[in-house]
Amino acid sequence: MALAAEDAACTFGERAWSMPIDVRYVAKLARLALSPDEVESYGAQLTDFLTHVDALRELDTQDVPATAQVIHARNVGREDAVTPCLARDEVLAGAPQAYGSYFRVPRIIGAEE
Amino acid sequence: MAQTAMEIAADVNARRRSAREVTREALARIERTDGDVGAYLTRLDEFALEHAEGVDARVGAGETLPLAGVPLAIKDNMCVRGTRTTCGSKILADWVAPYTATAVLRLLEAGAIPLGKTNLDEFAMGSSCENSALGVTRNPYDLERVPGGSSGGSAAAVAADEAVIATGSDTGGSIREPAAFCNVVGFKPTYGRVSRYGLVAFASSLDQIGPFARTVEDAALVYDVIAGKDPMDATSVDLPVEPTARHLRDDLNGIRVGIVREFTTDALPAVVADVYTIAYRELEKLGATLVDVSLPTAQYGLATYYLIAPAECSSNLARFDGVRYGLRVNGSDVTEMYEKTRAAGFGAEVKRRILIGTYALSSGYYDAYYVKAQKVRTLIAADFAKAFERCDVIASPAASSPAFRFNAKSDPYSMYLMDYYTIPVSLAGLPSLSVPCGAVIPEDGTRPMPMGLQLVTPLFEERRLLGVANAFEKATQHASKLTPQIAGARA
Repeated sequence: MALAAEDAACTFGERAWSMPIDVRYVAKLARLALSPDEVESYGAQLTDFLTHVDALRELDTQDVPATAQVIHARNVGREDAVTPCLARDEVLAGAPQAYGSYFRVPRIIGAEE
Repeated sequence: MAQTAMEIAADVNARRRSAREVTREALARIERTDGDVGAYLTRLDEFALEHAEGVDARVGAGETLPLAGVPLAIKDNMCVRGTRTTCGSKILADWVAPYTATAVLRLLEAGAIPLGKTNLDEFAMGSSCENSALGVTRNPYDLERVPGGSSGGSAAAVAADEAVIATGSDTGGSIREPAAFCNVVGFKPTYGRVSRYGLVAFASSLDQIGPFARTVEDAALVYDVIAGKDPMDATSVDLPVEPTARHLRDDLNGIRVGIVREFTTDALPAVVADVYTIAYRELEKLGATLVDVSLPTAQYGLATYYLIAPAECSSNLARFDGVRYGLRVNGSDVTEMYEKTRAAGFGAEVKRRILIGTYALSSGYYDAYYVKAQKVRTLIAADFAKAFERCDVIASPAASSPAFRFNAKSDPYSMYLMDYYTIPVSLAGLPSLSVPCGAVIPEDGTRPMPMGLQLVTPLFEERRLLGVANAFEKATQHASKLTPQIAGARA
């Protein structure tokens, strides 16, 4: 990450630590329907949780690179060879609804005119 | 004492016993005891006997198989083609896997007999198995206590003699903690050593498959079979795998054992701390030198882990949306279908982690939480690397306490604390295991409960790790000093 962007992120980060959590918005992003009780209990738990992780701010990480993976691997390539794949019927058998060779889902684009 | 995997494989390869006979005995044992233990979610009796027949045929044709006839339990987040793979979740309760995980496939090819799929915390998120939506697993050493988790079913199966070896997966301690709770050996190899193809993903930068066994030698035997590059998993490491099982040392002469200053056991109850003081002295008696080492950032491990793992989980579990697998709950439109399906299909802890992870990755918070945690992770890994300049292996407790009673950890964070010692190791990707090291009678109990010693080595030093554990185990024999509550378990 470029230095300028890093600085901007840190400034923004400072603000992020103290903002209240809108659980309904987060649940919407996670495509998770919550009951009013759950909104309340998860809201309290998330706030509590953030006080625990707050400790990370004690560490100066300005010049520390973020870990992407731990085993010092390089990019992994392989032969572009055709190999057997899963049997379509077996895969579709695990789906809630299938239609021919497709997964069937509720209508996504517009209602039928 | 029941036979080890080494002994069973030797007998079956020499045709002193058939794999079918061993399998029938194991299935009968499950029939007798699993009503009390609840290790298995799905039993595979028919598949097991069929596979045993195949093993007998191969041995009859002159083949020698490293795990010939060895009864195997499989954690139910690993796919076995044609069988239910539930992850302990309602969302996958009836899902049948269309393929087999590479690690399982290698075990079956090596002659192991798949007895069934074992219980786990839902999607491997938890430290007690209490987060399973599909069953209760009890600790074979005290049925009023949890077996640990998330791989609690696999640990309990081996502890109750309902399997001789088992597979587990470990993201922050999910093999080592239940192994400690259940008086068995649990081994998490280096990140990337074992293919994860067919393991349902939880946190991809941390997840690793490893074995449970009653002896270090058996764990090494399983490791030798499952380790190595797999073209189906690009994250599996393409490095030669040194065979371990027949190269384990019996002494610790010249070995420097690092005792982590920040992992002081002073905060633990005195009886618990004593177990480790004695265990470290036992290592010394075997020839090791104890060295004081420091991991100054390890105390930030939990906070780091509980940002990274939920972030990755929220991304991985996005695939469970009612389209391609398992449960669907209909809604007025496709978004409502997703939301209702996930609300009905996931349990409380999984939802909690999805919410934490989604939050930590959301716009405006990503740098403050996720990137910050990945930077601290770099510091933690660097601390370990520095400590290993002064020692060959690090020793510590495997868990913060012995197995606790059901419903004892109502606050999520108190449950997370169980993995205080294992999580920093996972963040650094290091190979690590838990080996039985003594017992304590908990304040709220009457039965002595097992404790585990965690050993850690640098990346890819599995042979050294298993060797040190083997020397400790052979000299101390802690596991055999305890008797499970399950009747006749060690007949």
